[in-house]
Amino acid sequence: MLHRSHIYGVMGEFSTPEELIHAVEKIREAGYRRLDAYAPFPVEGLSKALGLKRNMVPAICLIGGLTGGLGGFFFQYWVNVIAYPLNIGGRPLNSWPAFIPVTFELTILGAALSAVFGMLALNRLPQPHHPVFNVHRFTHASTDRFFLCIESRDPKFHLADTARILQEVHAHHVSEVSDD
Amino acid sequence: MSDEKPPRDSPEIKRLSLVLGPGHTYGSVTDKISAIVLTRPTSLGWFIGFAISFSIVGMLTVALGWLITKGTGIWGINIPIGWGFAIVNFIWWIGIGHAGTLISAILFLLNQKWRTSINRFAEAMTLFAVACAGIFPLIHTGRPWMAFYMFPYPSTMGLWPQFRSPLIWDVFAVSTYGTVSLLFWYVGLIPDLATLRDRAIKMPMKVIYGMLSMGWRGSARHWHRYQSAYLLLAGLATPLVLSVHTIVSFDFAIGIVPGWHTTIFPPYFVAGAIYSGFAMVLTIAIPLRKAYGLEDFITMRHLDNMAKVMLATGLIVAYGYFIEFFMALYSGNKFDVFLVQQRLHGPYAPFYYALLLCNILTPQLLWFYKMRHNVAVLFIMSIVVNIGMWLERFVIVVISLTRDFVPSAWGRYSPTFWDWATFIGTMGLFVMLIFLFVRVLPAISIAEMRELVAETSEEEK
Repeated sequence: MLHRSHIYGVMGEFSTPEELIHAVEKIREAGYRRLDAYAPFPVEGLSKALGLKRNMVPAICLIGGLTGGLGGFFFQYWVNVIAYPLNIGGRPLNSWPAFIPVTFELTILGAALSAVFGMLALNRLPQPHHPVFNVHRFTHASTDRFFLCIESRDPKFHLADTARILQEVHAHHVSEVSDD
Repeated sequence: MSDEKPPRDSPEIKRLSLVLGPGHTYGSVTDKISAIVLTRPTSLGWFIGFAISFSIVGMLTVALGWLITKGTGIWGINIPIGWGFAIVNFIWWIGIGHAGTLISAILFLLNQKWRTSINRFAEAMTLFAVACAGIFPLIHTGRPWMAFYMFPYPSTMGLWPQFRSPLIWDVFAVSTYGTVSLLFWYVGLIPDLATLRDRAIKMPMKVIYGMLSMGWRGSARHWHRYQSAYLLLAGLATPLVLSVHTIVSFDFAIGIVPGWHTTIFPPYFVAGAIYSGFAMVLTIAIPLRKAYGLEDFITMRHLDNMAKVMLATGLIVAYGYFIEFFMALYSGNKFDVFLVQQRLHGPYAPFYYALLLCNILTPQLLWFYKMRHNVAVLFIMSIVVNIGMWLERFVIVVISLTRDFVPSAWGRYSPTFWDWATFIGTMGLFVMLIFLFVRVLPAISIAEMRELVAETSEEEK
């Protein structure tokens, strides 16, 4: 417990995605909740094993798309009907079918921008440094190894016990993650 | 042709149907793809290719500099042919871009695994093609430094763009397309940039890839949101890619010029765009897999599938030509009938026949299994189709404008040296960007290849 404020967590390494999912399930059964897995590609079933719920990205994307579309349409309406009305042979000022292409493009633009920047913001990226990078072997997390980190802010966290439980689920190279 | 095809369960068919060569692991795909960027010495061929394309970009710079000095009078355009090469090349380039988005978005939604090893450079190709395309309408304005007039901004004159004009729709369509393609490409690159950051040996490379990867660490929570965002982008890019060439075709179809004013234009333009785009993907993929030994990743299955897509879209384009003809004759509109005659017998008739040869007749060879599996034939075919698609746009723009309603307003068009210098210059720019891209970024998505390794190893169990 002495080290608690100096370490970020305990990390174990796995060589296959199946081992990782198995370990996540076991450790969650043991009552740990503050944990995160690291993989070089999106592993099917990992989100479910970690108990991740639906995320906010689709909602943000919808809001962005609606803003782009409605904003785009009513901006064209405002330009043509209010700001600078031009009477061309008595044709209607609000010629809405002609506004559809720009409305459509701005819907897509708003939705795409908000999906990407929403995803980055929710992921707290860009983030130049993170404690997990202190683990020497973590460079393999972007190649062919799978990592599981139990964080020290978990109420059940205890350095020795937590390290032991990681070894029990057959993690290799169990190591401390320092928090600086 | 079933008689030429080996039986379905033969080892040859099994090998050909692979989307990934046998025996690959997470480590081996990572090593092989990242080595192209990080450890392999830059080959002499790369330097020669880069030097040639860079000097062509030099010519582009001269052509653009002279254009800005003298104005569009250095080109062959004049009344009644105000569009000429600039618009022909714009449509050609933007069409080429379509295959990249199609491969990355539509094939992703349809869960086509074979897209994985070609999507990254197809997306890069899209970006570079859109960059080349964007140059033409910009310089065609004659005063490119005034191009900001096309965007809605609160000017002191109180004026706004004409939102009822297809040319303004084009501005929004192309700029949205460029932005979304860039986002899609970059989001796909983030995990691979992290791989390069972790594997780079030299400090400057670590720093540059590190900044570009934004601190990606492969956290499951991040992947969870990343996958949502990627799927949404694919869903958004799909209608977008169909809308872009539709709106480009509106530039013609909204006008009442004979040969332009038809409702077949949007679908036929979109099919033509995909047709030329897949041809360009083949033009790049074939030398790329050869030069970097990527035959395990870009397999015969990929080339075969792309050839099939070309055949299918080529037939849609052929149908478009037929309907253009049929509608002109069936409507009995004398200007439309006259235009058909001009295409067949007018001063530009050789272009029209060359177009039929390149776009309709030659691709019929792709019905044959042996032709689809002959890399040299596919490479030549891809270039023939690109020439054909360029001729198509030339025929549409030039024949209609030179022969419209009143004989006193007829004219002739021929490009000048500067037209050619600009057009060839953009080809140099495109090739140069491709050369830079394969040298500094992974040309195949590493993260998605690892996913493919995981899926194929599961299937084998």
